Amino acid sequence: MQALTPAAAAIELRGIEKSFGSVHAVRGVSLRIETGTITGIVGENGAGKSTLMSILYGLYRADAGEIWVDGQPVEMASPRDAIAHGIGMVHQHFMLIDSFTVLENMVLGAEGGLLLAGGLAAARAELARLARDYGLSIDPDVRVANLSVGEQQRVEILKVLFRGARILILDEPSAVLTPQETDRLFRILQTLRERGVTVVLITHKLREIMAATDRVYVMRQGRMVVERRTRDTSSEELAELMVGRKVRLDLDKAAPRQGEILLRAEHLSLVDDRGVRLLDDVGIELRAGEIVGIAGVTGNGQSELLQVLAGIRAPSEGRLTVCGRTLDARHPGNPADMRVLGLAHVPEDRLRQGMVAAFEASETSILGYQDGPPFTRHYLLDGPAVGAHCAQLMERFDVRPRSPGLRSSHFSGGNQQKLVLAREIARQPKVLLVGQPTRGVDIGAIEFIHRELVKARDAGCAVLVVSVELDEILSLADRILVMFAGRIVGEVEPGRADERRLGLMMAGADAA
Amino acid sequence: MDEAFSFVFLMLASTLRVATPLVLCAMGGLFSEKSGIVDVGLEGKMLMAAFFAAATASVTGSAWAGVAAAILAAEALALLHGFACITYRGNQVVSGVAINILAAGLTVVLGTAWFARGGQTPPLLDGQRLLPLFLPGAGDNILVYAALLSVPLTWWIIARTRFGLRLRAVGEMPLAVDAAGLSVAWLRYRAVLLCGLLAGLAGAYLSIGQNAGFSRDMTAGQGFIALAAIIFGKWRPLPALGACLIFGLLDAMAIRLQGVRVPGVGEVPVQLIQAMPYLLTMFLLAGFIGRAVAPKAAGVPYEKEH
Repeated sequence: MQALTPAAAAIELRGIEKSFGSVHAVRGVSLRIETGTITGIVGENGAGKSTLMSILYGLYRADAGEIWVDGQPVEMASPRDAIAHGIGMVHQHFMLIDSFTVLENMVLGAEGGLLLAGGLAAARAELARLARDYGLSIDPDVRVANLSVGEQQRVEILKVLFRGARILILDEPSAVLTPQETDRLFRILQTLRERGVTVVLITHKLREIMAATDRVYVMRQGRMVVERRTRDTSSEELAELMVGRKVRLDLDKAAPRQGEILLRAEHLSLVDDRGVRLLDDVGIELRAGEIVGIAGVTGNGQSELLQVLAGIRAPSEGRLTVCGRTLDARHPGNPADMRVLGLAHVPEDRLRQGMVAAFEASETSILGYQDGPPFTRHYLLDGPAVGAHCAQLMERFDVRPRSPGLRSSHFSGGNQQKLVLAREIARQPKVLLVGQPTRGVDIGAIEFIHRELVKARDAGCAVLVVSVELDEILSLADRILVMFAGRIVGEVEPGRADERRLGLMMAGADAA
Repeated sequence: MDEAFSFVFLMLASTLRVATPLVLCAMGGLFSEKSGIVDVGLEGKMLMAAFFAAATASVTGSAWAGVAAAILAAEALALLHGFACITYRGNQVVSGVAINILAAGLTVVLGTAWFARGGQTPPLLDGQRLLPLFLPGAGDNILVYAALLSVPLTWWIIARTRFGLRLRAVGEMPLAVDAAGLSVAWLRYRAVLLCGLLAGLAGAYLSIGQNAGFSRDMTAGQGFIALAAIIFGKWRPLPALGACLIFGLLDAMAIRLQGVRVPGVGEVPVQLIQAMPYLLTMFLLAGFIGRAVAPKAAGVPYEKEH
């Protein structure tokens, strides 16, 4: 039986609109979040989830629409208003100050007086109470810089609770966590729900929606497409709703036909000027016709490994043999030479390393290959040839819009990535290094990029993929190496790998 | 014995005298830099303040009116810097350099127009200056004590107050401050205004305390040395004070060592001694102090995404 006067929802949004310039990011969105539930909001990158939550938290002003909290219409002009209404946000990028202690971070903005001493003492007591009530223990006097990512997230949650939030918004909370840390986070969220806290979980990971939420909203292209009870839906249905068509989440590929070794790293180490060992005795063999995946939590040496393998940084110790050339500390390579030898590199950070944002797409499409024919003749760039090359790549890799003259920064993340990938694959390299192939790329393009990587492999290319997305590694790789603290801590065959075991290895626990 | 004592005393007194404007400026700059606003314009603020202090004192006959005018002049430039860097998110170094150029030019132009003495202000009488308080001849005017007091006060504000915590936060990660519901701009404006206040006092000290009138470019790079002191002190008040005192001591020695013959070396050229503070600045900045830990957001304008 439905109650005659249903209890007021914790949050109700009515007809929210928001445009940034010519981009209509949120289009007439309405939703209702019940008190004491965990509600998921899913959608591809750019579907408008984060924008919607930023409006709710007062970071952006909506162009039109109403926000109701606990049955009252409210004005959200700034985060201060949101905090006053009991809404707290745990941002994807933590809003923590590294050089501050946990306690100092907690009280920032809620110091309770002109002098710190009293506020800090009160916060210490409150922190102890929260730790007891919610099982969120943390040392208040340790500096945030010395905490693990999972612990930092706990500080963020504590910070929000400390401010008296009853409604907690988490934006892509698992992006930086190991599977174990993610499980732990979800247990924390369950506890919060039991204590009457309302949780809103924004994510693009369907597995998490299925595991953690009571109810789910799907956003697509700025619209709220559908609302479901989590137990009445499935990952497949949600994926289809997110993209607007059927999506294949698995990738079918033939068994690899491995050939000769094209890249061999022996005892590679990299020590920075402060003496920190970023890479520690890394050994890798990469054969023609296989995809090797490197799994690991961000910041465990994967970025540095890519840089060393691509010839950007010289190793401090050890030896690297690529396509018949040997590099070591005394014989450093450089990326241009490596390219000539047949090594292509799709960098992790495409905006900083893969392209020049202000360049036209056609210029991006030859970056690194611009010297010599067919693009350069008599020291001058051949504009028409470059344009034609770019148009051809755009056609083959379905880059949209197909405008070689458009600035690279004006393409979406997925299309930028396809352009960079097209540039590197078009040269039919012997070795292809790919960092975070689908970071910031929507589901439709992920499918495409994965198929292109497999195609390159089948053409005899040796492919190395570094990714923090475990699903991606599991579906792409023929062999999986796990990195932790600059070391390769194990090798797993994808058929025999399960997430739990990989997660333990990624967290540095001995899973042998 | 007596002679040695008086030598040490005089050295200390002159060290302190020379260091006073450096200390005031360094503490001002510290507030600004801690909030994430780099202040290359300390020099210009101090110069402008020095001019207005002397000009006002000479016209009104009151040293205190001079101090007030100095503060107002420095605050005007501080606001200009804040306007350019906080409200309009301009480049902080460019704004600071512009302020230095403006001050160097404007003081001379106004000085020439008002007093017709080639950019100088008329020499001030004793009643128009800040005079020594306790030790005649040592130059211990009230601003010397203010400078000494400003150091623990700065430390206390930054380390122990709510404003200090927020100040440190906004210099490290303005986004976090914004997300906590605090105004990044208002915090930074307050820091910049505090900086103006202290730079104003430093300027007043130069023209109506240490000297008796303004002469063109009388700051002679001390604003930059104060900036260097902040860096040596790794953005901490007490070590910055130490750095200022070292500079002051070098300067005091430069005066004492003129014409003195060092055994085995001969007479040390005056120019070399006078260059010591600047050489030391270069030497220390070139890496002697190790990794400097500047506030992370220093020099970066804060922009909300939309």
